[in-house]
Amino acid sequence: MSENSSAQTTHHEVLELTVRNHPGVMSHISSLFARRAYNVEGILCMPIGNRERSRIWLMVDEDRRLEQMIKQVEKLEDVLDVQQHDANHQVFIKLEEFFQT
Amino acid sequence: MYTMTGADLTIRLLERQGIETISGIPGGANLPLYDALYGSDKIRHVLARHEQGAGFIAQGMARASGLPQVCFATSGPGATNVLTAIADAKLDSVPVICITGQVPSSMIGSDAFQEVDTYGLSIPITKHNFLVRDVAELLETIPAAFRIASSGRPGPVLIDIPKDIQTQEISFEQWPEPGRPTQPSPANPEDLQQAAAMINQAQRPILYLGGGTIISNASEQARTLMERSSLPTTMTLMGLGAVPVDHELSLGMLGMHAAPYTNMALEACDLLIAVGARFDDRATGKVSAFCPNAKVIHIDIDPSELDKIKQAHIGIIGDVKQVLEQLTPMISDNRRTQWTTEVENLRRTHPFQTPKTDRANTAYGAIRKVAELVDDNAIVTTDVGQHQMRTAQLYPFRKPRRWLTSGGLGTMGFGLPAAIGAALAEPDNTVICFTGDGSLMMNIQELATAIEQQTNIKIILMNNNALGLVHQQQTMFYGKRTFASDYELQMDFVAIARGFGMPTFDLSGNNNHEALLREALEYSGPCLIHIPIDVNENVFPMVPPGAANIEMIGGDDHV
Ligand SMILES: Cc1ncc(C[n+]2csc(CCOP(=O)(O)OP(=O)(O)O)c2C)c(N)n1
Ligand SMILES: [Mg+2]
Repeated sequence: MSENSSAQTTHHEVLELTVRNHPGVMSHISSLFARRAYNVEGILCMPIGNRERSRIWLMVDEDRRLEQMIKQVEKLEDVLDVQQHDANHQVFIKLEEFFQT
Repeated sequence: MYTMTGADLTIRLLERQGIETISGIPGGANLPLYDALYGSDKIRHVLARHEQGAGFIAQGMARASGLPQVCFATSGPGATNVLTAIADAKLDSVPVICITGQVPSSMIGSDAFQEVDTYGLSIPITKHNFLVRDVAELLETIPAAFRIASSGRPGPVLIDIPKDIQTQEISFEQWPEPGRPTQPSPANPEDLQQAAAMINQAQRPILYLGGGTIISNASEQARTLMERSSLPTTMTLMGLGAVPVDHELSLGMLGMHAAPYTNMALEACDLLIAVGARFDDRATGKVSAFCPNAKVIHIDIDPSELDKIKQAHIGIIGDVKQVLEQLTPMISDNRRTQWTTEVENLRRTHPFQTPKTDRANTAYGAIRKVAELVDDNAIVTTDVGQHQMRTAQLYPFRKPRRWLTSGGLGTMGFGLPAAIGAALAEPDNTVICFTGDGSLMMNIQELATAIEQQTNIKIILMNNNALGLVHQQQTMFYGKRTFASDYELQMDFVAIARGFGMPTFDLSGNNNHEALLREALEYSGPCLIHIPIDVNENVFPMVPPGAANIEMIGGDDHV
């Protein structure tokens, strides 16, 4: 993560993933972005509901490969749903106070 | 109520999936699985000599049959050895299920003996992977692995099972249903209609068939579409045999080593109908210059392939066979006299020319002779290099699943173990393995497996004592500075094969080559046919890497 990661810069997008909650799922997602050389600026993950599922929030660069990246994420067996939001989504903005230098 | 160990449960579940053969190598971390396999009268074990060999044997069975197949490896080095074969299966969409032993759960993360992070290592090269954390999970995981490996776009699945889970007992009430492929969702009817209209209106369409056509068992449907609309048809390396390559409408393989007329026809087309193909760079050359005047219809079961490399005018997500079955009735009969005549003229003026094609002791000659001597059901595997490209250029594939080659990963060492796997899957058919001296050395230990299993494979070794394709690239693109591509040591492959107990036929010297080749192919059982090849004979035509497909070198004047 870069130091001046501001969620408000417009060249980011926010992805909201619903995934099966097990110890390998974060590796699957971070490995996918890493091997396709696609930058992830921010990542958050917490279990939801009865803890069988997790929600993962990703702050990613907005570039022309994003559509392809989303298709690749959707192919992962443990990913149940992917929603795309713009950079104004509150999730990372609200957390900014925990990321001051 | 059933009670058994995790290892027994695993083997029973594999039996219930219909698995009859497993290739692999035992070791400390998978010994309980082997002990359970010892008690199976439904599954036969094929002991490979290297885990990469075991992986490719499973691939050979899977590619020939279209069904998921299984290989075993132990933890640590067993797992790392099998990874290349798994990565290869990923790139060519082959349903292989690899079951690895792992150190006991309590020792994971302690740098235990023969512990590696098999789960982590296999994430990027599998369709999906599992680390089993509880013996009860096996009831779900094993059927899920088969479902995932064979559904949609197939691919490899790895299951890592810690040793304590193999020995732990479990009681359960009911067997789970075996994992089967899920039904693909139907394509959008409006897209189909639009696609049909585009095909009917096109003046110069070309059908471009990829490996997906073979995987989806859609050869018949592809042929019906091709013939009804008189579509000149090209195939990718993975698609060869989807329709007979010597059909009058076939343009053969496209791309880097295509016949000149094939790439020229693509240059001229106004509609490209891509079916189960993924616009690989070896097929397209420089993408921006590929079919520059064409609209594109792209049919694929994997949504992420659409618009990945080339933007499609119509993208159709669906199973190729189903899509073609729905599409073809909307296509009108069309003789396309003008376009097919134009293509015929290109074929005549810019043909694929092969040197010295009928002498059995030359590369092209041997390929042609072998094709004459075996029937259309023979399975052909290759390794990677000049011998592979020559076989792809020349061999008259007329049926699907008869051509097994490492396309996406281009793995030297594929040919021999894949041939063994194919022969295990189809003991009544001849299996030919065209290999090179460099590639054969990469999995030569599997000669032992081939003999032991008495597989009916004919290894045709095209020996130029060189890494021929590398030598060729250095000659053409690196100022003739051939380096590290000529072997200093001249090995006696015939003696080595004999050392394994394998019969050999040597086409060097002044023998009657054709008679010898015939004798070898008629011999029932594994054998090696040695053919010395001139290292300076290159594969033409060739599109330089990164260049447009019409910038072919050779073909007309290099022969
Ligand atoms: C495992 C692996 N290592 C390296 C390569 C790069 N490579 C591609 S073709 C080739 C030469 C193959 O030599 P050989 O099997 O003798 O075939 P030939 O080209 O001589 O017919 C090499 C080294 C590869 N494809 N696979
Ligand atoms: Mg060679």
